[in-house]
Formats: sequence, C-alpha cells, structure tokens
Amino acid sequence: MASAEEASRPFAGFSDVSIPEDIPVEGDISVPVTPSSRDDELSTLDEPVKETVLRDLRAVGKKFVHVLYPKRSSVLLRDWDLWGPLLLCVTLALLLQGGAADSNEQGGPQFAEVFVVVWFGSIVITLNSKLLGGTLSFFQSLCVLGYCIMPLTVAMAVCRVVLFTTSGTVGFAVRLLVVTASFGWSTFASTAFLADSQPANRKALVVYPVFLFYFVIGWMILTFSP
Amino acid sequence: MSSGSRTTNTDAWGGFDDNLIQGSGSAVIDMENMDDTSGSSFEDVGEMHQRMKEEEEVTAEAAAAEDESTEDGEFLGMKGIKGQLGRQVADEVWQAGKRQASKAFNLYANIDILRPYFDVEPSQVRSRLIESMIPVRMITFPQKVAGELYGPLMLVFTLVAILLHGMKTSGTVIREGTLMGTAIGTCFGYWLGVSSFIYFLAYLVNAQITMLQMLSLLGYGLFGHCVVLMVTYNIHFHFLFYAMWLLIGGLSTLRMVAVLLSRTVGQTPRLLLCGTLVLLHMSFLLYLHFSYHQILEGLLDSLEGPNLAPMQRVVRDVPGLTLNTTMRNPGVMQMTQ
Repeated sequence: MASAEEASRPFAGFSDVSIPEDIPVEGDISVPVTPSSRDDELSTLDEPVKETVLRDLRAVGKKFVHVLYPKRSSVLLRDWDLWGPLLLCVTLALLLQGGAADSNEQGGPQFAEVFVVVWFGSIVITLNSKLLGGTLSFFQSLCVLGYCIMPLTVAMAVCRVVLFTTSGTVGFAVRLLVVTASFGWSTFASTAFLADSQPANRKALVVYPVFLFYFVIGWMILTFSP
Repeated sequence: MSSGSRTTNTDAWGGFDDNLIQGSGSAVIDMENMDDTSGSSFEDVGEMHQRMKEEEEVTAEAAAAEDESTEDGEFLGMKGIKGQLGRQVADEVWQAGKRQASKAFNLYANIDILRPYFDVEPSQVRSRLIESMIPVRMITFPQKVAGELYGPLMLVFTLVAILLHGMKTSGTVIREGTLMGTAIGTCFGYWLGVSSFIYFLAYLVNAQITMLQMLSLLGYGLFGHCVVLMVTYNIHFHFLFYAMWLLIGGLSTLRMVAVLLSRTVGQTPRLLLCGTLVLLHMSFLLYLHFSYHQILEGLLDSLEGPNLAPMQRVVRDVPGLTLNTTMRNPGVMQMTQ
C-alpha cells in the first residue's frame, strides 16, 4: 500500500483533483468574510473586563457633558448607546420611590410607573418624529431623549435634599424653581438635537410632545412627597 | 482493482488514479480503461460508497468534534469541505431566516402606513383646534372632516397629563395598578372605544363617515375637555365647573353633532347617532371632573381622623350633651361649624 502511494506521488499534481487525506484543506474561498473584522473582535475579547467597562463609562460620561452644554454636536447621535438612559431612568425611579400617602401600598408600582413613563414616552416621541419625516433613526432618538433626562434627575436629587431640610412654602418655592429650570434645560437640550433633523416648518410639531413628556416627569418630581 | 489502492479519491474521477497506478508509472492515460471506470457504472458507484463509509469511520474516530457533519460527509465525502460546507449551510439558513423575518417586519410593522396621517403643518393644527369649538351652521351639505391623527393623538396625551395632575392633587390612591396606567387607559379607552362605537352606529344607520374621520373628530372634540379640566382641577368652584361644562363642552359637542348631522339622512338615525354622542361626550367630562374631585372633598371631611366621626354622630343625636363634648374636644366644634 505504501509503495502504491509512493508510486502515485509523481502524479499527485496531475491526477489529484481531489483533496488528499493527510493534508486537510480549509479556508474561506467563497465566503466573503473579511478577516480584519475577526481580528478586531478578538482584540476586544481579549482585553480585561475593567478596560471594557471603563471605556463604556467614559463614553457615557462624555455624552453627559454634551447634554450639560448642548451645542449642536453629533457625538450623541453618531455613537448612540442606551446605557446612559438606563442609568438615569433607574436612578430617577429609585429616587421617586416611596412617595405616597400610604407608602406601604404604593411602593412597588412607583418604580414601574417611572420606567414605563420614560420608555413608553420616549418610544412614542420617536415614532412621532419619524412619522413627521425626521431623519434620526429610532435608537438615536431614544438615546437623545434618555440622556436629556439628566437635568431632571439632578433636580430630583436636589428636591430630596430640600425636602429633608426645609418644608412649607419656602421649600416648595425652591423646588418649583429648580424643577422648572431643569425642565426647561431638558427640553432645550433635546430640541437642540431633535429639531435639527426635521423640516424647518414642522419643528413645533416635534417640540410639543417633548415638552409634554418632560412636563409630566417634572410634575412627578415636583409633587413627590416622602 | 479498487482493493489494491487505498487512496481516498472517492469522486467520479477516482478511476483515473487506479488506472495510472496500475499503469505503474506511465503518464499515458489509457482511454479504454478510463471508459470502464468512469464512475457512472453501477459497480463503481457501489465501490465509491464503500470507500466513503470506510473513510468516514476513520475520520469519525479521529475528529470527535466534527461528528455532526457526518451527513455532509456521506453526501460529498470530502473531509476538508465537510467543515466548510457545514458552515456554508448554516450561513445560508441564517440568511434565509433573516430575509423572511425582515419581510414580515416590513409588512406588518411598517410605520409608513401611518405616515400620510401625520402630514400636517403647525398652522393647520392650530386652525383645526380653534375650529373644533365652532359649530358649523350648514348641515345640509356634508362637512369636510380632516383625516389626520397628529392633533388627536397629542390631545389625548395632553388629557392624560391633565388627568394625572388631577389625580395627584386629589390624592387618589389606586390600589391595583398605577396612576399613570389608569390615566392612559381612561383617555385612550375613551378615544378609541367611543370612536369605534359611534362608527359602528354610523355604519348601522348608513352615515357617511369613515373610521379615520371619526377618530379625528372625536380627538379634536377632546380639546374642550382639556381646557375645562385644566381650569377646574385648579379652581374648585362647582358653579364654575357647571358653567364651563355647558359652555365649552357643549360647543365642542355641538360641532361634532353638526358634522354628523350633515352626513346622515333620516330623522331617527340622526337622533340615535347624535344623541349617543352627546350623552357619551358630556358625561365623560362630568365623570372626569367628579371622580377625582369628590375624593378631594371626601378627604377634607375626614381629614381630622377616623376616631372623631362617631363623636360627630353622638353630638348630633344627643344635643343635650353637646356643650360637654365640645368643651373636651375643641376640634369637633370646628368641624360642626
């Protein structure tokens, strides 16, 4: 058998149109997969978890800064992510927890209420802006609306502190001021990003639902009493 | 012939190899031999299958990780391509599945279906809002109803927000469910439910109105409700509420009624359709006001505490002891005043 194989060797290139047994042939002949992308995946898979988490946190933090100073930049739009909105929503919902006359009955639904309001409202506004002919994609709008809740979350934290210290009309006036300011800031910040993607004469149609959305959230913050 | 050589060429050209081996080094291809072993004859096919099976066993023992693609191996019989073929098949299945899913998604979840109903300008919305409070006079000619959904949708959401405000200030405690859920459910339920019901009645009496027009009409009719509730949730005067209920609620209802009248023929159908709409629309406003307003007043009455309520009854029933009890409980005296 060995001699037969050796005898067949000179003719290996000539008659061997099939694949010999000892050298398995593998490779991507027809599948159009670019090897470079595989290299990239491997490189981020190999890095330590701390690096990945820190990179994501840095991206989220950069977007927070962009919300604080709303210029017409495209950072929020280009690489959208939903981590920031999730963090803000959870923080806001936790802060609004337990704010009712009979807190033993309404502890649970409050968290769910805030969550549902934020996400359902964002989805409705996004759909509305898309139906009115907007150019932003679905997740980009969600990202913008979620990040612009940040001033309201900060206002909620301030309100909680105020409720601890003072009470009565002075406290209410302070809270009203803070909430109104942050509500205006949120609306202004989000329209700076959203309204650009609309045709010029329809900006008001997109701004109104955003106004209503942040108004409802601001109202929930203002009427919170522990 | 095939028993001698154990090369693993198992496709149709396997015969080639055997010929040349037998030829012991000759580079000349013997054509007549080739014809016999072209692989298309029955015996050669049988030989090929045997060879494939034997090779399979070897590779199955060797590579334990590749045992799921033995079917591919049987089918084609090439070890190297086996792995790649499996990958290709999986790839194609994935592509086909993705294509089908995106087709289904584009068919059902396409928001472009709703796009023409949102094609409005702000000035149009404003003028329609104002027109919703002005009843038309001409009911002999079918009145034009705009078929858009932006204005009605925004009005329903505004009503939800106002209702939420009303519920909060009245201190409503919702036991099963959330405040937000109740508000959204009430407003959307009214808008969609009553629209469908009136459309169904219109269909019965053969009135000329489509579902979209009915949704639009009722949605704009909620503008009056929004105005009334916004005022009366903050200023609690019953007289003011009744006046606004009649005036503003009445105006918006009259507008809707006039539009419906212009599109219906016959006295009884008109009466049925418009009577139902008037009843539902006006009573919805009443319901929204009183279901949360009443709780506020009820709360105020019992705010002094549940333990004082029986004492109140005692004071009323036994006036002789009133002085003594009020001396001990000055709070009760305030209440009875």
